Formats: sequence, structure tokens, C-alpha cells
Amino acid sequence: MFFGSSFFFWVIAALGTLILPWHMQQDGVSLATLIGLGAEDVEAASALWQALHFGRFWFWPLIAALALALPGALPFGSASTRGRVLIIAGSLGLLSIIAQGFAIGIQGWNYPFLEATFGELQDRQFGVGLGGALSFIGFLILLTDGLALRGYFKGDRFISGAVGVLIACILIFTAWPVTTILTQIFTPQGDLGVADAMAARLFDRKIWGLACVSSTANCGVFWNTLVLATSTATAATLLGLCFALIVTRTIFPARRALRLLTVLPIITPPFVIGLGLILIFGRSGVVNQLADSLFGLQLGRWIYGFNGVWLAQVFSFTPTAFLVLIGVVEGISPAMEEASSTLRASRMRTFRAVSLPLMLPGIANAWLVVFIESLADFGNPIVLGGSFGVLSTEIFFAVVGAQQDFGRAAVLAGIMLVIALCAFIIQRVVIGGRSYVSLTGKGDVGLPTPLPAPVRRFAYAIALPWALLTIIVYTMALAGGFVRVWGRDWTPTLSHFQRAFALEWSANGALIFSGGAWHSLFTTITLAAIAAPITAALGLLAAWVLSRQRFVGRTALEFALMLTFAVPGTVIGVAYILTYNLPPLEITGTAMILVACFVFRNLPVGVRSGVAAMSQLDKSLDEAAVTLRASTFRSLRTVVLPLLKPAIVTALVYAFVRAMTTVSAVIFLVSAQYEMATVFIINRVINGDYGLAIAYCSALIVLMMAAIGLINLLVGSRRLGRRQAVAPIGGRA
Amino acid sequence: MTNKAAEVRLEGIGKRYGKIEAVKPLDLVIEGGTLVTLLGPSGCGKTTLLRMIAGLEQPSAGRLFIGGRDVTLLSAGERNVSMVFQSYALFPHMTVLENVSYGLISSGFGKKDAAARAEAALETVGLRGYGARLPSEMSGGQQQRVAVARALVLEPAVLLFDEPLSNLDTRLRRSMREEIRALQQRLGLTVVYVTHDQAEALAVSDKIVVMRNAEIAQSGTPEALYARPENVFVATFMGEANHVRGSIETITGDAAQVALDALTLTLPHRGLGNGPCDVVIRPEAIRLSDSGPGITGQIARATYMGAHTEYLITTPFGELFAIHPDRLYRRRAGSAVMVTLDPEGVVLVRP
Repeated sequence: MFFGSSFFFWVIAALGTLILPWHMQQDGVSLATLIGLGAEDVEAASALWQALHFGRFWFWPLIAALALALPGALPFGSASTRGRVLIIAGSLGLLSIIAQGFAIGIQGWNYPFLEATFGELQDRQFGVGLGGALSFIGFLILLTDGLALRGYFKGDRFISGAVGVLIACILIFTAWPVTTILTQIFTPQGDLGVADAMAARLFDRKIWGLACVSSTANCGVFWNTLVLATSTATAATLLGLCFALIVTRTIFPARRALRLLTVLPIITPPFVIGLGLILIFGRSGVVNQLADSLFGLQLGRWIYGFNGVWLAQVFSFTPTAFLVLIGVVEGISPAMEEASSTLRASRMRTFRAVSLPLMLPGIANAWLVVFIESLADFGNPIVLGGSFGVLSTEIFFAVVGAQQDFGRAAVLAGIMLVIALCAFIIQRVVIGGRSYVSLTGKGDVGLPTPLPAPVRRFAYAIALPWALLTIIVYTMALAGGFVRVWGRDWTPTLSHFQRAFALEWSANGALIFSGGAWHSLFTTITLAAIAAPITAALGLLAAWVLSRQRFVGRTALEFALMLTFAVPGTVIGVAYILTYNLPPLEITGTAMILVACFVFRNLPVGVRSGVAAMSQLDKSLDEAAVTLRASTFRSLRTVVLPLLKPAIVTALVYAFVRAMTTVSAVIFLVSAQYEMATVFIINRVINGDYGLAIAYCSALIVLMMAAIGLINLLVGSRRLGRRQAVAPIGGRA
Repeated sequence: MTNKAAEVRLEGIGKRYGKIEAVKPLDLVIEGGTLVTLLGPSGCGKTTLLRMIAGLEQPSAGRLFIGGRDVTLLSAGERNVSMVFQSYALFPHMTVLENVSYGLISSGFGKKDAAARAEAALETVGLRGYGARLPSEMSGGQQQRVAVARALVLEPAVLLFDEPLSNLDTRLRRSMREEIRALQQRLGLTVVYVTHDQAEALAVSDKIVVMRNAEIAQSGTPEALYARPENVFVATFMGEANHVRGSIETITGDAAQVALDALTLTLPHRGLGNGPCDVVIRPEAIRLSDSGPGITGQIARATYMGAHTEYLITTPFGELFAIHPDRLYRRRAGSAVMVTLDPEGVVLVRP
């Protein structure tokens, strides 16, 4: 077998090193420029040709590594010697790729000490291109093959390769950008030195100021963010708990409909709520107009600022808290409550003394989840914040504003990262270990005890008006797309849709997508469709490696992967432009950076659905395949994947949907050529063009609903019932 | 295939998870063509040991040879072993025939050839004509046979069974274990078999390896383990046994005079010296009579079991659990009996 063998990956590395152009090509790679061996322009040449013909001596170690790797890549000789050869050659190859990439940039040597050692370089390098990328992949797999040959990872090439790829991905697309942004804190500013500049940024009154306590001035953004996240988390958790109790513990007639609430945050672009609130409570909103015409009251701009952002976030994140808390409330064994009631406790006492304490870790978890979401939220504060700044919007203005102060952005991002990581670690370490929800799979007999009357009334009183308000906000948000100018001219119209999605026929009969939204919509769909399979594949691979394989360093990999989930989108966005606008990886402004961002922002979705599905699958099934001489890859392909079909479809669609609705990170990464739908909408909102923004939003929501409906259709149509009941694939073993 | 029925040799094989030793480094040779059981209570390391032979776990120490070839670093698929899982692990989305031919296709057989061989294997286990069914459409016993056929069809050097019968009911378990034994003998396979059921182990094995606390407590033929257990643990784990304290009075040649209160028995001394000793008495070696020689005991409890009767008897050297095979010999609790011991069922052991 040639494909997939060590030799195959040696050929890949050789192709990248010897033949293909090493650097990124300005106009993309075409068939004509594919051969970099013998190219006339140094930038279009392969590594070998650059070293031979243009005297770029720093490519020689790489070529040496390639020659060294060949005997190890061929299937002759003892495994242990081959392993050693491959480990040495692979590491040498990777190191020389990385070293040359970082050492030499667009202005020659990147580091003064190199210039001192080697003298000034009359040469420069652009970002790594096709050749470099292939070469990197080739050497990476040769290295992991070597490790497998030496008996690591149970001697399994596929596992070692998968782990190698995952580690490389985490390092390149998360660890590196985050490190880059943190080092930006140390850049000097103006005529201030490094230390002074850092101190000035770090102890800025705009961040830590407490002026609002004693006066009407604004507080620092740190306090704004903290107060906002805390109050949002508290309110959303309380509401979510009320909804969860109503759905699971009462006989409220519409409780099935309430469950639909959980789908909302997935399909809603993050600022739709903000828009809805503006249309109701804004200066020309419904409420203000009514108050003005009926009572002559001027309600003013109260919605802009903390109040509005808070309200919008509570609307946006209550469904999230609800989703978490449904699981918590359902996870409480009815037997506990029944035991309590047979011990002569009243319903109220049962609730207070048994149910509530059992739910407490889950409630704390929901609170932290919302806290982190609120912290990372960008859409609502940018739409409604006004002069009320939070970390995410301040980072944005530090980067795109007139100041262009990356140091300040880095400091703010660093603060945000620290808060997020603290919340995340508390969530995993403190609460994760204390959950009382038992998922042993043992059937719990018994009926959930109904809520005590006072609690039930309280839950109704809080949750039902809120549900009504949510419906109104959504209706308003969507209705705004159908009137001419909200608040002034209520004439029904489709003109906004026409401006966004107009189609015309050109003179020669071709269809022209003349609407303003088409370009960004097509870009978004294309990029999301490219990113979704990569996200699902990487996520499932990570889930499979983590839940099915035991190897040295597994816990470290798991921890690293979890940490990457905790980095807020805004931080990732800034980090990406800072990291990737210079060689060795120069992808700012390309579609690649957006795809990378989608993939690594949404990886948790793939990993989580993969882990959940994998835990339903008896482990001995894949072991059976392996003992039946299937390679690890074949067992994954023929046994695990077919049984995971629903999880794959789910991961695919969610990755797609989330890529289409995300805004916090991509707002930094879009370019004129690659504009995203959400960013397009935000820009319309900032310009006050609500009609078009809303029309676009509703189109997106319909698209998302169609996508979600499609999964349910696809997953639901799979016959599983009987097989699952009899065959030992259920989680009840 | 030439390497069929290969010998398995473990040299210093051990497994540790962090600080916990799942299997302490041990040596073991499993001769070609024999059925060897790994027997022990749950958590003794027997399944870990089996999975290391299978290649599903990587040993943290030692080397493993199958048919003389060092396979320590090879993955499960490269070892020429196959395994029958406790849960059978039949692929629920494939038919029986697809399940059985799966390994053949992995090993590079063509589709037709694989199907023919799979049919033959199904016939071997008595499931001819079931190929088109899904595993979920078969009974537990049939699924078990499919699992065996799927492992067998590869003609492996070693066939591994991980508690294969624990999901079946008692009656089926008995007939399946006979079938497995018959198949192993007919085809001359090397089989390693994990179980926690000593009766199952006694019934199928050429050799039993009793494990305890991550190490081998004793290994040997079923007869040797039952009649000459090395220590109290093995004695009590291999069937019912009474453990009492006695004392060795004199040693002459191989024989020791052992005193149990007023009873004196002549037993092989098994390397023990004079003084207090541990004695194991099998229930069926306790002879009861109303009058005659022996020491006096009192029946504390009598349980009628149909074919035989079980007694709990208080004697000067401890309570004894005894089985009386005569259906007609029935005594009530409280009555006195005379007790003698058959030296064949009494053995000196280490603590």
C-alpha cells in the first residue's frame, strides 16, 4: 500500500521541499507556477532551488532532513532503527521549517542577534506557501510514524498521527496567536519605554477607574464588564431555572413550546435581540412613540448603555441557561424526592432541603456558562452600548479606531483572557467534580415530585411574562424588515429585502445578483461550508482520541484543548490579525484566516457531540475491529463512523450554523473581498440602516431554521430503535 | 496456516497505571494447542493481562512472544490473535455474514473468498444460513456463536476469550462452554480464556492460572489446583473449602503427622516444618456417622439440597461446612455426629 504509508508522507515532504514553490504566491498557485524547481523568480522557487540557485543557505538543513528521512520511510530494516531515524529526521525537518520561518521575515533577519552573527542579509522572505505547508505536514507525519515505530501510542501510526496533527493545530492556531497577543503588551508606545508603556496601559484609568461610584462619569471597562457579566449571569440563571422547573416539574400546557426556546440562541445572529430592543424602546421605538403620543412623555435614550446591553444579554442568554438547567433538573433522581416525602417532609421542605441543594452545582455551572458568554459577547454591546464600553468593544475600537493601538488591545485582551480562564477553571475544577447529577444509566423509577405551590407561582410569575416579551422582541425584530422607516413611516414595504436580495437580468440574459447582501451571503455560506466539515472532522477525531485512546500526555492534550475553548472570540480575532499578518504564516485578508477562525472557534461543538456519541458506543466494538486486523483507520471508518452518523450530521450542521452567526472574532478578520454576513449587518446597524439589517437577519434566521430542520429530518429518519434496544451499543452496560 | 496454535510466552510482563499496579511483572508460558484459563476475582488483573496479550493494552514492562516472535510493540491487528468479547461486540450495523467476514477483508481476502470462508465458519458453530440476519435479530446464545465464528475464521495463532459466557443464563452457559472446549480440541487451538467462575475454569481448562492482587497466585492443571492448592486463597477460590488451624507433630520422609484436636492425619508435608499449620478441608472429604470412630461434632445447620445435604458442623477445631452425598442420610440441627476426615480431601497450605 503506497497511499498512507510512511513513504507516501516522505513523498509529500519531498514534493513540498523539492518541487513546489515554497512561499505563498501573490496571485495564488496555478498549474503554470506549480513547479518551483528551476523558477526564475526566487519567490516562486522551491526550497531546493532557492538553496541551490539563489544561495539561500538556510534551506540546507531541511534538505538534509529529507535525505536523512528516506531510509526510515522505506519499509526495510528493523522497526526500532527506522523509528529512531524518522524521529530524528522528522524533528530536524520541522525545526528547520519553523526556524527559517521565524528567523527571516520581510525585512531580512527578524532578530538582531542573528544579524550580528551572520551579518546583514540582503534578502527577505514572504509567508509560507503550498510547498512549505506540504513539507510541514510530511515531516510531522514522519515524526509521528517514528514515534509509533518506537512503540509510543501503542505502536499505532494512526493514533500517533492524529495526536500529532491535533497538537500542531492547537499550537499553530491557538497557542501561538494567544502568545503573540500577550507579548504585544510589551511593545513600546510613543516615546515611552517598554516598562512605562506597559504600566501606562495596564493601569489605565479607563480600565480600572471607579469614577461612577461617586459621580456620573463612566467607570473603567473592567468594572463595566464585570458588573454586566455578573448581573446578566444572575438574571439569566434565575430565569432559566424558572423555565426549567416549569418544563420539567409542572403540568403547564405549553411546556413543549417552551422547549423551543433552547433552539433560539443557536439560530439567532447575536445582535438580533439588540435590534429588537431598539425597535421597541429606542428613540423612535414603539414604546417611546406611544408614550409620547399618549402622555407627551419623552423617554429618551435609556436603552443605550448598561440597561439595554443587560436586557439584550439576558434575552440572549436565558435560553443557554435554560438548556443547561433542564439537564440539571432532569438529572435529579425522583427517588430522592420520593424518599424525602415518605420521611414526612412537606413539598416545600423537600424542595428546599433536597431538590435545591442537589441542583446547586448545576445552577452554579449555568451561572458560569452565562458569565463567560456575556464576557465574550460583542454583538449586543456594540449595538446598544453607546458610551458604555465593555472589554470586547474596547478591544474592537482599540484596533479599528483612529488610535490603532495594538498594545492597548493586547492589554484588554489579556485581562479578558484572565477573567475567562478563571471562570473556566472554576467551572471545570471546582464545580465539575461536585455534580450530583448521576448518569449511571440505571433506570430511575418514580415520578418527579410536583413543585410546591409558592415556588410554582413564583416561577410562573417570572418566566411567563418573560417568554411573552421574548416573543414580542423577536416579532418586532423581524417585523422591522417590512416597514419603510421604523418609527416614522409605517408603510409596509419589501424594499429592504429588495435592496438586499435583488435579482436582475443583464442585457445578455445572465442573472445578476444586484442586491447588496448577496456578496456577503455567498461568501459566508461558502466559507461556512468549507469550515463545517473540517470542524466536524477535527472535532470528532479529537473526541475519539480523547475518549478512546490511552497514551502518555493524553491529559495534557485534553487540558490544552479545553483551554482553547475558553479563549473569548474577540481575543482570538485580535490575536489572529496580529499573528498572521507577518511571515511565516501570512494569511490575514485571505479566506483561509476566516476558515481557520471558524474551525477553531467552533471545535468545541464537534468535540462535545463526538464525546457524547462516543460514550454511547460500547468500547469493545472498536477493539473488536482492531483485533480483527482492521487498521485503526479502517475500524474508525467502517465501525465507529457509521454508528456515529447522527453525531456527525449534528456536528456538521451546528458547525455550519455557528460559523454563519458568529461575529466577535470575524469582525477583525474580514476584508473587502471576504465580507461576512454578520459583519455586513453590524455595519448597516452602525450606520442606522435598520431596515436592511433586519431584512438580512430574517433571511439568515430562516436559513438557519431550514438547516436545523434538515438535521432533525436526516438524523430522525435513521432506524435505530430496535437495534439499539437489543444490540449492546446502548450506554447501559 | 503454519503458525496456527502457537505458544504464547510472557516474560516479565507488567502493567501499571500511574501508581496502581494492575499486573505485577510476571512470567507465563501458554503451550501451543492448550486452553489456559485466567481465573480470579474482579480487579485481580486477569482481563488486563488478556488485553495485553491481545495488544489492546501496552505493557509497561516485559516482552511478549507469540509463536516465538516478539510482538510486544505490535498492534492488535498485527499479532495474529483474535478475541471474543464479553459483550460480543458484534457490529450492530452489519449483517452476521458481514461481521464474520470483516476480519478476512481486513486481512486482504477478496469479497467472494471472504464470504465463502465466513459461511464455513458459521457452519462450524452451527449457524448455517443465518448470514443475512442482523445481530439484533438473534438470541444471546446465537450472538455468542457469531462472535466465536468471527474470531475463529481468521485461524488465529491464539484465540482469546474475555468472560464469553457471563451474559448467558446458567443452562446455556453450560452447553456453550462444552462447545467451546470441543471446538478448541477439534481444531487444536491455543486459547486464553478469562473467567471469574471457577466451575467454568475447571470444566474447560488444560491449565488454570489463578490470579490475585495483580499477580499469579498459582497455576497448574485443574486437578492440581483443586487437590493441592498452594495457599488458603487458591483453596477457597477453587471450590468450597474449610480453612482450619492444626499442628504438624512429626515429619517422616514426605509425610507429616498433622493433629487436628483429637484427630491425627498423615498428609504430604509440602515443605512445611513442625508447628502450627494451615489446613484446608474439602466439604466432601468430611465423613459423618452416628456412631463410630472420629471426634464428636454438633450439627449447627442442615440444608436439604435435593441431590445432597449440606451441614454446618461445630467441632473442637472450628466450624466445618460438609456435604453428605447420601440422600437418605438426614439429620436435624442440634444432633450430635461423629466426624472423620478423608486424607484425599485434606491438604496443608501456606497462609
